[in-house]
Amino acid sequence: MEHTPAWLINSFIYLAAAVLVVPLAKKLGLGSIIGYLAAGIAIGPWGLGLVTNVQDILHFAEFGVVLMLFLIGLELEPKRLWNLRRPIFGWGSAQVLSCAGVLTGVAIAFGVGWQTALVAGMGLALSSTAIALQAISERNLMPTSSGQAGFSILLFQDVAAIPILALLPLLGAISGNNEAADQTSRALEAIKIIAVIGGIILGGRLLLRPLLRWIANSGTPEIFTAASLLLVVGIATLMQFVGLSMALGAFLAGVLLAESEYRRELETDIEPFKGLLLGLFFIAVGMSIDFGVLRQSPGLMAAILFGFLSLKLVVIYGLAYFMKLPYQERPVFVVLMAQGGEFAFVVFQAAAGAQVFSPETASLLIGAVALSMLLSPLLLLAIDKLLLPRYASRNPQQLAEIAEQQEASIIIAGFGRYGQIVGRMLLAQGIAATVLDHDADMVESVRSFGYRVFYGDATRLDLLRKAGADKAKILVLSVDDKVQSLKIVDLVKEHFPNLEIVARARDVTHWNALRDRGVMRVEREVFESSLRSARTVLELLGQHPHEARQAAMRFRQHNLDLFEQMYPHHKDRAKAIAVAKQGRLQLEEQMAQEREQQAQRQPTGWHD
Amino acid sequence: MKTSSTTAESASTLPTSTSAGKDIYIIAAHPAWRESRVNRLLMETAQAVPRVALQDLYASYSDYSINVAKEQAALEKARLVVLLHPIQWYSMPALLKLWVDEVLTYGWAYGESVEGGRALQGKDLWLVATTGGPSESYHPAGYNRYFFDAFLPPYEQSAAVCGMRFLPPLILHGARSIEEEAVVQHGQTFGQLLHSYPSWPELEELEQCPACVVPMKDRLPESDDPKSKRTL
Repeated sequence: MEHTPAWLINSFIYLAAAVLVVPLAKKLGLGSIIGYLAAGIAIGPWGLGLVTNVQDILHFAEFGVVLMLFLIGLELEPKRLWNLRRPIFGWGSAQVLSCAGVLTGVAIAFGVGWQTALVAGMGLALSSTAIALQAISERNLMPTSSGQAGFSILLFQDVAAIPILALLPLLGAISGNNEAADQTSRALEAIKIIAVIGGIILGGRLLLRPLLRWIANSGTPEIFTAASLLLVVGIATLMQFVGLSMALGAFLAGVLLAESEYRRELETDIEPFKGLLLGLFFIAVGMSIDFGVLRQSPGLMAAILFGFLSLKLVVIYGLAYFMKLPYQERPVFVVLMAQGGEFAFVVFQAAAGAQVFSPETASLLIGAVALSMLLSPLLLLAIDKLLLPRYASRNPQQLAEIAEQQEASIIIAGFGRYGQIVGRMLLAQGIAATVLDHDADMVESVRSFGYRVFYGDATRLDLLRKAGADKAKILVLSVDDKVQSLKIVDLVKEHFPNLEIVARARDVTHWNALRDRGVMRVEREVFESSLRSARTVLELLGQHPHEARQAAMRFRQHNLDLFEQMYPHHKDRAKAIAVAKQGRLQLEEQMAQEREQQAQRQPTGWHD
Repeated sequence: MKTSSTTAESASTLPTSTSAGKDIYIIAAHPAWRESRVNRLLMETAQAVPRVALQDLYASYSDYSINVAKEQAALEKARLVVLLHPIQWYSMPALLKLWVDEVLTYGWAYGESVEGGRALQGKDLWLVATTGGPSESYHPAGYNRYFFDAFLPPYEQSAAVCGMRFLPPLILHGARSIEEEAVVQHGQTFGQLLHSYPSWPELEELEQCPACVVPMKDRLPESDDPKSKRTL
């Protein structure tokens, strides 16, 4: 035991706790966050007492929140932000301000100090992005009005958390005993802040994309991952250096990269780190729940929990009414928004750190939020079982929306000459597709024509998943590399067996290999256009266009049949050649017969 | 017509020939011109008439993808619309039927109001067709069992619903077996009629046909296949 380094033991404890408890929590329908919290409680000082340096771990794991904000920034294209500006800033600010106001007011009315009441109100007004977004996508609510409203409000909360966090040291200064800094250092500070933010915006606009392209072109995926992490760590460090929130910087960098073609790649690279660190963060939060306080004042805890939940429920239901959400969608929406969120943990931890209130108060509030997160899945369950069946009688609008979502469920892998024609034709039909291409220059040039194309290697399972392969209906496999094409087919057949593949074949061997893997919808890439050219030649030779077409169609059918006949023998080269030769002979015979018939003016034709 | 050159170029040159001053639009439909004896002669005759805009349907739309807007524009310019084709299975060739289905749309060619569905009102429709069977076969005692007139109502009524006059058809029976002299004679008659239109003696007592009113409710069944828009 003595020679084993501490970090190894700790890693073992965290991973073991997560691996044991999280799947169990998910099985019980409680969601992974509850699982992490429970795991943290179990291994923390109030549980088995396996871990003691809780605060250190919490500080380290806070980076998970930074990464999450970077990812949220990545989701927030300026264009999308603009489309959602009214719900985000209107309903978002309405939700945060009204909830925070009511909660603060009630707290003050109960005799709580105003600083504590304000921070508690603001922290409790926020909702859990992780829980709510997961529930929204699980229930397919994203296209509905309540899903859009929820998403917008959560986005606003993510942004609002940043000024709230920035406000804390100020409140701490008021309640505490900080000395006033002198004027010159203040000015210097301000200049530094402006310079850093300006630098991030400018650098993000001008430097990041060429830099990422250069790294992507180097063709080493792990270096791209390292660069993604370096980007976030670097910006966080810069922000820390000037005394601003790391999360704000990461968010800013995310928004700047939201429109870049590397968005998906960055997302997939950062996602596992975010997931693990956020998990660790939740574990740390679970560990830091002070059950001493809970045991001392169970009544106060219950009062805070049910008090803030019921206040938020009422305020948000009122909001939902004013937003004219369909009444069937309101219960789920209200419960999702009413629970406390992970930002509350950060806010309360930071507030305790800034000495706005005591660690005991923080523990009490964090405990209440954690319990509300535990409660909300149960409330949702109750809504599903008891309330929604009563509404189930009529809801025609939702059907149409689901149908619309199905239309968009097409992935095009490879957006070169082949994929572009497929994609453009679909687009002309109003059918949206998620387009992936791994050639950075291609992506760059196609994007300048206004197509939404993501940079990414479709042979990677995580990227396929990110592109929506588990929900999509059709994958158009139009990459030009045979090896990659077959690799994607293998991945899809193994992980997304329901995804229909429409494939481009480079040549006969590729066609056969695709057939071997059960891909039936295959087109040889130059077959149809070659037939067109053959038709044109016949027309120039004096054949009537219709006759030329019919000849081409007969040839086409014969050739397709021949492919089917040859396929069983494609591993036996001699046999395949024999079949091919025989097939060609047949065709020549058939066409000669037709010519003879025409020469003899058989009475089958229209000679009028 | 020289079999070689005209057909290859026809796809590009013929459809554009509907320029000003051409008041006759001939839709010639034959799936295999090379095998044609009479219709090809008729088409060549028509091509020589300055006032004729000619559409070789199987050349222009060999992929069965018809440019509806272009066809409608050509029809709007014309005063006389001629359907030139061999009778196949007592009806028109398949591509011409598709042309009718797609070009003569509700609200343009026919409909319930003056604003919509009167594009062809007052124009003339003339069927110029050939049959392989001799005229004796179109008789209750012949193998075709009916007089030829019995197969015309679909043409007549199609004209009527668009408010077009259905002119007396020009039919040549026995196109496969008839002697060359008769074929040449037939071609000359066709050419003269194209020149002299509309001063034909038989048109003097022919009444104008008011378009039939087809109410909207008969056209758009609530939850039906959109393709049913074509059915009358």
